[in-house]
Amino acid sequence: MLQFILSALRAAIPAGTPLLFGTLGEVYTERSGVLNLGVEGLMIMGSVTAFGVAFTTGNVWLAVALAALAGGLLALVHAFVTITLKVNQVVSGLAITMIGLGVSGIMGKQYIGQPLGVRFAPLEIPVLSDLPILGPLLFQFDPLVYISILLAPALWFVLYRTRWGLSLRSVGENPATADTLGVNIVVVRYLAVFFGGLLAGVGGAYLSVVYAPSWIEGMTAGAGWIVIALTIFAMWDPLRALLGAYLFGGVRVLQYRLQPLGISPNLLAMLPFIFTILVLMASAGEAMRRRIGAPAALMQPYSRE
Amino acid sequence: MKGIPTLEVEKRLTSPRWLQFLAPFISLILALMAIGVIFQALGVDPLFAYGKIFQGAFGSIYGLSETVVKSIPLMLSGVGLSLAFRARFWNIGAEGQLLVGATCATGLALAYPDWPKFVLIPMMFIVGFLGGALWGLIPALLKARWRVNEVITSLMMVYIASNLVNHLVYGPWKGPEEMGFPYTSKFSASAQLPRLAWTRIHYPTLVLALLLAVVIYLLIARTKWGYEIRVTGENPTAARYAGMSYLKTVVLVMILSGGLAGLAGVGEVAGIHLRLRYPGGISPGYGFTAIIVAWLARLNPLGAVLTSFLLGGLLVGGDAIQISLGLPAATIFTFNGTILLFILGGDLLTRYRIRIKRRTTN
Repeated sequence: MLQFILSALRAAIPAGTPLLFGTLGEVYTERSGVLNLGVEGLMIMGSVTAFGVAFTTGNVWLAVALAALAGGLLALVHAFVTITLKVNQVVSGLAITMIGLGVSGIMGKQYIGQPLGVRFAPLEIPVLSDLPILGPLLFQFDPLVYISILLAPALWFVLYRTRWGLSLRSVGENPATADTLGVNIVVVRYLAVFFGGLLAGVGGAYLSVVYAPSWIEGMTAGAGWIVIALTIFAMWDPLRALLGAYLFGGVRVLQYRLQPLGISPNLLAMLPFIFTILVLMASAGEAMRRRIGAPAALMQPYSRE
Repeated sequence: MKGIPTLEVEKRLTSPRWLQFLAPFISLILALMAIGVIFQALGVDPLFAYGKIFQGAFGSIYGLSETVVKSIPLMLSGVGLSLAFRARFWNIGAEGQLLVGATCATGLALAYPDWPKFVLIPMMFIVGFLGGALWGLIPALLKARWRVNEVITSLMMVYIASNLVNHLVYGPWKGPEEMGFPYTSKFSASAQLPRLAWTRIHYPTLVLALLLAVVIYLLIARTKWGYEIRVTGENPTAARYAGMSYLKTVVLVMILSGGLAGLAGVGEVAGIHLRLRYPGGISPGYGFTAIIVAWLARLNPLGAVLTSFLLGGLLVGGDAIQISLGLPAATIFTFNGTILLFILGGDLLTRYRIRIKRRTTN
């Protein structure tokens, strides 16, 4: 039993890592007042780019970097449409998701069923990796896991303790005031959306290069939408994103671990989505009680009157 | 910031009527050009692809009939979505509502195969409507009661519905004589919709769709309740002060919107497949394409009749290039997404004008 729990916990971390990258990015995007529902599309562009680059060059780091860029570039389309042209953010996000799913499908056709020869070497941390129980549980992951774990507190620090973070939050909460204080709303929002795209791209890369590792059409399978829900669950706080991502990673692991018990795999596959709805209900309740909510200017285009 | 030219978007005081009418079509043409660029970049000859699409969808009587076939579910779902979007309720889950409608109708068809046709078919449409409505009602209640974001919940309901269908066709409902395919048994004759001559056009569903488009149009334009929907969508604060109940509006809107998508599902199983199949076999994303149908029609249910035909053609043409160019099924999403993006931009043309300005502040 202990073995089962430990191995499930260990599996929850890689399962949650793509969600963590995506959520950290979306937290920053939404903090600037832009809702990007296109995360699913950004992630899958990251997946296909990363797989293609890793497959042809054998360089996994280059794969992740270009995947980030692919996510970032597609996010810039959303930025242009919603920030400069000021059109509806919900519909634009949907369009971005569709474009990502479509283009990745065309790009990835040649990679279907291809095995990936390269992997990230697990990062062995001296002494810690050799600890009994804790060693394999916490200290034998690939480098991207550690990067994402370090990124969460770093982004929290930037958001709450630096001038940049203050600018970002003020643009999302009260752009008119930020504008009078000399913050360039357009630049901040563009950067935030681009940054969100970079991280979503990395999240997608993690799926195709580390977690799967393979390319399957539509392989994100709703992960991008769970990211949107996680952003709400995290109350737009990078540290809470860490908690939420692993919680969902755990649900995903549970889905596979319960299969031997004879429950229909299709019913188990509903779990993450049912769980998402429940989590959203809980977050809505908490937000009402504590009177915290989305950035006040979320989905509001800004123009000087 | 001296002298740097920037794009500025400013509101038009008046919007010419010709522009309102023309904007979606201009957007569509621009979108097709943009997709051409994407295709070129991915190594597909865009002119060849477009030729194939047009030929496939509109170039033959057979192609045209298939375009009509695919426009039926798009019309039903698209009309429902234009209603929901009018109330600014972002129902992204029409695909799930469609699948549940198909599932409910299948349940009835398999349970009572011997009922006479004139009873069974209407009953299938009724339970399909109710199933879709129920599926749409959940996000509506969650939003109205707890302010849970409906975009995510309605979409999560799609994944849940699609897994439900998978569970049924791979498990309890799997037809013993279907050679191991994830299908239910074929419907009895009394659960099958009649088709027009040699085509696959199941005309009762088409008539129903056209009728409902008119009904929903009149409902939005001519009734007090339609007025409340419009006010709720355009100015929720004003609606609240005027004593309109958000809960009531959203629940009614989603019963209709989900129900219409459910009817689309009934048409697919009773008119086309004659059985329930795995989700991708029932719908190649009709519920998502219907979002574009509604938006391209500028949320006008009568306009959605026209645009569903256009996008139905695109789906048929999409199938044609998949076969002739060896492109994956997801290709069609590229079209959908790009068109949607450009329609958004086109809406903008009617309401704003874009100017290049030189900033001279400071």
